[in-house]
Amino acid sequence: MKKTVLIVDDDMDYLFQMRLKVEQFGFETITAEGQKEAEMIIETMKPDLAILDLMMENEDSGFILAYKIKRKYPDVPIIIATAVTAETGMTFDINSDENKQWIKADLFLDKGIRADQLQKEINKLLKI
Amino acid sequence: MAEYKILVVDDEPGIRMGTKRILQNFKVDYPFMDEHIEFVVLEAATGEEGIEIIDREMPDIILLDNKLPGIQGVEVLEYVKKKLYDIVVVMITSYASLELAVKATRDGAYDFIPKPFTPQELRSSMENITKQLFLKRMTQKMNKEGKLIRFQFLSVLSHELKAPINAIEGYIKMMKDRQFGEDMTAYQEMIDRSLERINGMRSLIMDLLDLTKIESGKPVQHLEAVNITKIAQISVDTMRPYAIQKDVDIYLNTKENVTMEADPNEIEIIFNNLISNAVKYNKNGGRVDVFIESKKDEVVLQVSDSGIGMTDEEKGKLFQDFVRIKNQKTRNIAGSGLGLSILKKIVDMYKGEIEIQSIPDKGTSFIIKLPLNN
Repeated sequence: MKKTVLIVDDDMDYLFQMRLKVEQFGFETITAEGQKEAEMIIETMKPDLAILDLMMENEDSGFILAYKIKRKYPDVPIIIATAVTAETGMTFDINSDENKQWIKADLFLDKGIRADQLQKEINKLLKI
Repeated sequence: MAEYKILVVDDEPGIRMGTKRILQNFKVDYPFMDEHIEFVVLEAATGEEGIEIIDREMPDIILLDNKLPGIQGVEVLEYVKKKLYDIVVVMITSYASLELAVKATRDGAYDFIPKPFTPQELRSSMENITKQLFLKRMTQKMNKEGKLIRFQFLSVLSHELKAPINAIEGYIKMMKDRQFGEDMTAYQEMIDRSLERINGMRSLIMDLLDLTKIESGKPVQHLEAVNITKIAQISVDTMRPYAIQKDVDIYLNTKENVTMEADPNEIEIIFNNLISNAVKYNKNGGRVDVFIESKKDEVVLQVSDSGIGMTDEEKGKLFQDFVRIKNQKTRNIAGSGLGLSILKKIVDMYKGEIEIQSIPDKGTSFIIKLPLNN
């Protein structure tokens, strides 16, 4: 059975492009345009993996959503796809112990990542 | 009331007690300070004890004797400097040699008070130091806040500018790779979306230009007698084509000329922002009503729409930079998120007020009151 990837982004074009890529990798997709919508989706279904934007309704919507998904489904891997690092010089290193406690994502990716790299990262997280 | 902590480091009990007595009921105020400053005096008989208290209590001012039983006053001074503490140090000393004075000044001592001192000498010295410290801290605080706001603005701005470029780049790459075959028609929607994003970016840049004009031109407003009704008419005419596209009617309900001292460009920015929002967040077949009213001491501009309206929570967020109310009803509406923050900045320059009345699904009224005597 095909695995399902939840994609959340408030930029409809980015959402469309990401969905297309992920479907080409051979996954089912389900999409949401914001944190609230995504929260409703996870009430009724469990994705196999989630790809979240960081800045949506609020600057940290992606973090909050990641936290809520992990609380409900601790085993679902989460990727936060963001352009924030490149723009602000802010760096989130999820490998440091301090950040591990509050950032619930498994991986941070730059939004401009190439499709083949993205596929490799997804497969690694899904252990395919 | 604010309280500054003063630490007296002196081995003579008389000096410590005297200082305490002199500063106990002493208050410093400045005409522009909201509150006066009082003092709490802490005491240390040796340099070692002084350092302990410094680390624990973090005083604002230290009165420091140089000649102490253990480590010397200058060593305490060095310690404060090394730790980068924000403390004003004043040396109190009876044998102030030039050599010591030079060293102490180099290490950051702010002032010298010769021993013995009169109560008046101590008070006036404390008054100067307190004012200087207060102003320094105020400036630091303001710089920090200013910088922070600027940083946030720039980081969100670059996000807003990059998002459309990323989206367009994504579509062009798909076309380059012929992801949907050689037939151009398969890409029609991507081309339309790309053009849409380019438009959005263009209007963001226009808004940014407005914003820079306002921010850089803050002190020099070009005030002249402006016919507000005429500007409203120009703005209505400018927005008409857009309104027709959206099937919205715009009515300028005031016919008589209302004039006031203003900058015509700023008044036009106000109307353009309000009317374009009223059209943008309207329903098909909706209407926009513009009213201008001249009162005794103010001019009232009102733009009402029959649009989607907002909740109180959404209203609260409205004037922040780049904030766009995101919900199901607005998801397909493009905007820079700068329009209303620009509007607010202009209205603030006129010392005016903005009132918003809104009912979800019924409509919104923006009422701008500009006082005439500014």
